[in-house]
Amino acid sequence: MSAPNSDFDPVEVAALQPAALERHVAEAVAAFATAADLESLAAARSAHLGDRSPIALARREIGALPPAAKAETGKRVNAARVEAQAAYDSRLEVLTAERDARVLAEQRVDVTMPVGRGRVGARHPLTLLSERVEDVFVGLGWQVAEGPEVEHEWFNFDALNFGGDHPARELQDTLAVGPEEAHLVLRTHTSPVQIRSLLTREPPVFVICPGRVYRADTLDATHLPVFRQVEGLAVDRGLTMAHLRGTLDAFAAEMFGPGLRTRLRANYFPFTEPSAEMDLQCFVCHGASALPGGEPCRTCSSEGWIEWGGCGMVHPNVLRAAGLDPEVYSGFAFGIGLDRTMMFRNGLVDLRDVLDGDVRFSLPYGAGLAGEV
Amino acid sequence: MLVPMSWLRALLPATAGRSGREVADALLRVGLEVERVERLGVDHLVVGRVLSAEPETHTNGKTVSWCQVDVGEPEPRGIVCGAKNVGAGDLVVVSLPGAVLPGGFAIARRKTYGHVSDGMICSPRELGLGEDHDGILVLPAGEPGDDANVVLELDDEVLDIAVTPDRGYQLSIRGIAREAAAALGLPFEDPGLVRPVPLPAGLAVTLEAGCDRYVALSVEGLDPAARSPQWLQRRLTRAGMRPISLAVDVTNHVMLELGQPLHAFDADTLTGGIVVRTAVAGERLTTLDGVDRALDPADIVIADDSGPIALAGVMGGGHTEITASTTRVLIEAAHFEARTVARTARRHRLPSEAARRFERGVDPAVCTAAAASAAALLAEHGGASAVASTDVGTPVPPPAVAFPTDLPTRVGGRQVASADVDRHLEAVGCTVAGTSVTPPSWRPDLLEPIDLVEEVLRLEGLDLLPSVPPLAPGGSGLTASQRHRRAVSRALAAAGYVEVGPSPFAAPGSARDGEPELVVRNPLSAEESVLRTALLPGLAGALARNVARGRADVALYETGQVFRDRRGPAQPPAPPARRPSPQVLEALDASLPEQPLHAAWVLAGAAEPAGWDWEGRPADWSDALAAARAVFAALGLTPEVASAARPPWHPGRCAALSLGGLVVGHAGELHPETVAAWGLPAGTCAGEVDLGPLLAAAGGAVPAPRPSAYPASSVEVALVVAGDVPQADVLGALTRGAGPLVEDAWLISVYEGGSVPDGHRSLAYGLRFRAADRTLVGDEVLAARDAAVAAAGEATGAVLRG
Repeated sequence: MSAPNSDFDPVEVAALQPAALERHVAEAVAAFATAADLESLAAARSAHLGDRSPIALARREIGALPPAAKAETGKRVNAARVEAQAAYDSRLEVLTAERDARVLAEQRVDVTMPVGRGRVGARHPLTLLSERVEDVFVGLGWQVAEGPEVEHEWFNFDALNFGGDHPARELQDTLAVGPEEAHLVLRTHTSPVQIRSLLTREPPVFVICPGRVYRADTLDATHLPVFRQVEGLAVDRGLTMAHLRGTLDAFAAEMFGPGLRTRLRANYFPFTEPSAEMDLQCFVCHGASALPGGEPCRTCSSEGWIEWGGCGMVHPNVLRAAGLDPEVYSGFAFGIGLDRTMMFRNGLVDLRDVLDGDVRFSLPYGAGLAGEV
Repeated sequence: MLVPMSWLRALLPATAGRSGREVADALLRVGLEVERVERLGVDHLVVGRVLSAEPETHTNGKTVSWCQVDVGEPEPRGIVCGAKNVGAGDLVVVSLPGAVLPGGFAIARRKTYGHVSDGMICSPRELGLGEDHDGILVLPAGEPGDDANVVLELDDEVLDIAVTPDRGYQLSIRGIAREAAAALGLPFEDPGLVRPVPLPAGLAVTLEAGCDRYVALSVEGLDPAARSPQWLQRRLTRAGMRPISLAVDVTNHVMLELGQPLHAFDADTLTGGIVVRTAVAGERLTTLDGVDRALDPADIVIADDSGPIALAGVMGGGHTEITASTTRVLIEAAHFEARTVARTARRHRLPSEAARRFERGVDPAVCTAAAASAAALLAEHGGASAVASTDVGTPVPPPAVAFPTDLPTRVGGRQVASADVDRHLEAVGCTVAGTSVTPPSWRPDLLEPIDLVEEVLRLEGLDLLPSVPPLAPGGSGLTASQRHRRAVSRALAAAGYVEVGPSPFAAPGSARDGEPELVVRNPLSAEESVLRTALLPGLAGALARNVARGRADVALYETGQVFRDRRGPAQPPAPPARRPSPQVLEALDASLPEQPLHAAWVLAGAAEPAGWDWEGRPADWSDALAAARAVFAALGLTPEVASAARPPWHPGRCAALSLGGLVVGHAGELHPETVAAWGLPAGTCAGEVDLGPLLAAAGGAVPAPRPSAYPASSVEVALVVAGDVPQADVLGALTRGAGPLVEDAWLISVYEGGSVPDGHRSLAYGLRFRAADRTLVGDEVLAARDAAVAAAGEATGAVLRG
C-alpha cells in the first residue's frame, strides 16, 4: 500500500481515499434503495453511477497515481463501483417487476362479459339421433341404404306381402299422390328401401334404412303425419331369430348402455313371419319399478319395459318378390320410430315440437360435431 | 275384443281359480296384446229389503216414494226413490253413500224432496246391466246386507285385447279360450265342434257368388214379448254391445262366443228362396241403419224373390228386420269371402262387427254349431222351436302343409323338440300326421311352413330365444354421398344456422317457383294439398313462427327431399308378384316424380346481433351467399356466382349458383312481395340448392399442397371499371393474367365518386406473388402485376386508377 501523498495532489488523493469511496458507495446504495420508481432510480443511477458521479470521477484519478499505487487503488475503486452497480441492479429488478405487475393489473378485463359475436347454429336432434343409429350399425358392419319418399305402391305394399285388401292400403292410413292410375303413395314405412336393397345387392345384405315416412294421421301430441323411422334388414344363408335378437340386444346396448335386454312379443306384420313387438328393458329403472314395492319410474310408466318397435323374420313372399329363394336365404328385419325413441330417450313430450321449427327445440343439441344427442 | 272373465271361464272352466291378470299375462306371453284388465264391481253395493214405501206427490208434479230400507244394519235407511215399481217387501239393490256406479256416478247422502236420502235404489241400467231404466231392479232372492256384487255377478274382470288383422279367430271367446288353454297348458273343449241334432231341410238356398257355406235355420213360435235373460244381457254389455231384443241379443251372443256373425230375418217378410249373388247395377237396399244404398255390381247380396234383402256379411236390410211382432225367424250362419266383404264394407262405409270378422277370417265349419246355438237360446228364452235347416256349400278345407319338424329350430336358432312342436301345433287346432300338418278350419292364415313356425315359437316363448349377434360381412362404412351430406349439414350449423324439419305439405303455388306440383289425393288439410317443390316456404313458415314468438334474429336451415311432378307415363306396367324384370323396374322408377335432395337456409334480423362492444350487423344478401359458399366448401367445391332474377328472390339481389355451368341454386335477399306474402321480417334472406349435382361433383382425394418457404411479394392495384361490371369478372381476369406466380388475389376496397368518373367504380386489389423455388425479384413481380392489369383491362375495360 502506498503512503498518502498529500503534498503532491491532496484533492485527488482524497477522492481515492477508502473512506471516501465507502461513503460514495453508501450514498449510492441509499439513493437506489430509496428510489420509489424507475424514473427516480434512473436519476439516482445518473448521480451515482453516471459519468459525473463521485465514483466515476475517482476512477478518472487513478491514471495520475504513481504506478505503484495504481493497481491497489484500481481494485478499490472497481469494488466500489461493482457494489453500487449491484445495488442498482437489484433495485431495478424490484421496481421493474412492480411496474410490470401494475401495468398487467391495469390491463385487467371482466372475463364474465358476453363473448362471441356470431349466431350459434344447431342440428336437429332427430338428424343427430338418426346418424347415431347409422353409426352404431356401420360399426357392426352394416350399410346405410336410402330411397325416395314418394313410392310406387308395388314397393310400398305388393312386394312387402300386403294383400290387395290390406287395410293399410286404404286411404285412411296412406297418403296417395298424383293421379290414381299412377299408383303413387308417400311411403308409409322405409321398408320399400329394403326391397330396393334386395333388388340391387347380392346377399349377404345387411342394411339400415333411415328416413322420413308418412301416415294419414292428424297432427297431435302423439301423432305425426310425417315422422322418421329406421329399419334394418339382414338377409343371408342361415340367419335365425336368435340373430335378430342378438342384433337388437347389441343395438339396445349401444344406444342405452350395456346389459340392457330386449323382449319379443308375437305380433303381426305382413312382411315378417314370425313377427314380434320389440320391447326394451327400461334403461332408467332396469325393470325395478315393475317389481313389488319398486320406486315408480316415469320413463317406462313403471312397466319395466318400453315398446320400441316391431321386428320379425322376413316373410318368404318378400324374399320371393326380390327374386330370392326362401329355401336358400333367410333374413330378419326390424324398425323403430326415431321420434318415439326421442320421446322416451330425451323426454320429448309433444311430437308437434319436432315439426314446429322453433330454434329453442334444436339449440341445446348444438352443432352436433361430436355426433351426440 | 272385450273378454269378460266370467264368459271365458264358462268356456274354459279350468281357469276358475285364476285371476284376470294371470290369464292376461299368459295371453301376453303367447303374443296376444292384452291392453287392459278392467275390474268390474261396485263398492258399497248391498241387497236391501224395502220395509215401507210412501208415495209423495211434489209441487213439480212428480211422485216419489219415501222408503225405509233394511240394508242389514241395526237401523233401516231412509231413501228417496223415483221409480214407480218400488213396493214394500221388495228385495232391491242399494248403492250406499261412497259407491261409484258404472259411468262414474258417485252416490252421496243428499237432501232431496224434503228428505235426506241415504243411498239409492238402483235400476238395471244404473248398474250397467242393460238398458232397462223403467224401474228398479227387483231381486228374486237374497238377504239384506248381502254383497249385491255377488248376487248380481257384477264381480268380474274384462280383458281388452287388441286383435291383429291376421287372427280373426281371436274375435271370439272361443278363440281366446283356445289361446288361454294353450298358454296355460289346460285342456280345451271346443264349443264350435258340437254337432247339432239334424233337422228337415228348409228354405231353398242357392250360392252364386262370394259365399261357400250357408246355413239357413228356421225357427217358429217365438214369443215376441220375450226378453233376454239377465246373464245374457250382462255378457253382451261387458263385451261392449248393447242388449236390444231377444233375437238380436242371441245373434250377437253367438257371434261373440263362437266368432260366427249371424243374421236374423223375419221369415214372414221373405218371399221365395234365398240366393247369394252379386248385386245388379241399379239395385238398391235400405240397410238396418236406415240408409238407402245404391248397390255396386261388386257387392255380394242376400236376395229373395223381391230382390236384395241384405248386404252379405256386412248388414241386413230394413224390410226383413226382426220387429216387436216377429214370431218366425230365419237364422243365417254363412261364410262369405273375406275380400268382397272388406270391399263392400269400405265402399259403403259400413264397418260393422260382422264385416270386421269376415274381413279377418271366420271359421266356415262353425256355421251349424252357431245356428244351433242361436236356436237353442231362442227356444230356451223365447219359447221358439227349430223346425228346419238348410246347409249348402262345401268350403275348401285348408290344405295340409308339408312341415319339416326341425324348421322351428332352424328359424328360431334354438332347439325345439319334435314332441313340443306337435304339442303346440295341436294346441292351436292343427292335425299333425308326421310332417304333414293340416291347419284347422278357423286358421286361414296358416298357409306356409313359416306360418306354423310362428305358432310353435310363440307358444314355446319368444323370450327363450338366445341372443346371437350375426356377423355382417365387413362394412364399407357410409357412402361418399352420405358422408358429404353430413358435411353439408354440419357446415350450415357451424355457420350459425339452426336445423329444422318442417312439414313437407304446402299450399298450391306457395313456392312461387313455377315448378310442377304433386297433388296429395287425400290431404290432411285442404290448405296444404300439394307436396313441396322447394324447401324455402316451409323454412319461411318456421322463421315466421320464431319471430312471432319473440326471436328477432333467426337463421334456419333444412336438408330434405322436394317433389316435382314429372308427368311421366300415366300407367306404368303392373309388376308381377315375383322379382320384376329390369325393364319393369325401370318403368316403375320412371313413373316416380323427381325427388331431388335440397338444402335451404333462411335468415332475418341481425347476422351478428349488437353487443356491449359491438354495434351489430343486420343480415343481408351476403350472408345468404356466404352460407352457399360454406355448403360448396364443405364438399370441396366453389360455386360460380352470377346475378340472376328468379322468384322468390329480389331481382337485384339474387345470385345464381352454378357448378360447371349448370345452375344448381340461388341465394340472396327475398323479393319484398315474397316477404310480404310469407309474413316475414323485411329484408329476409335465403338460399336453396339442389344437392344432387354437388354431391356428384364432390369427393376425390385432395392433392397435398407443398407450401413454398420463399418470401412473398405483395402489390396493390386500383382499377376503374364501369359500374355494371361484376367484381368477380375483374378478379378472375386479374388472377388469370397474373400467371403462375400469383398465390392469392383479393378485393381490398371499393370506391366511388371523387376522381372516379360517374357510373364507374374503383376496385382496389391485393396480389401476393410467390415462387416455389426462389425469391422473386422486383422486376418479375412488376411484370406479373402489369400482365394481370392488362388482362383485366382486356376482359372488363378496367384501367389503372391514375
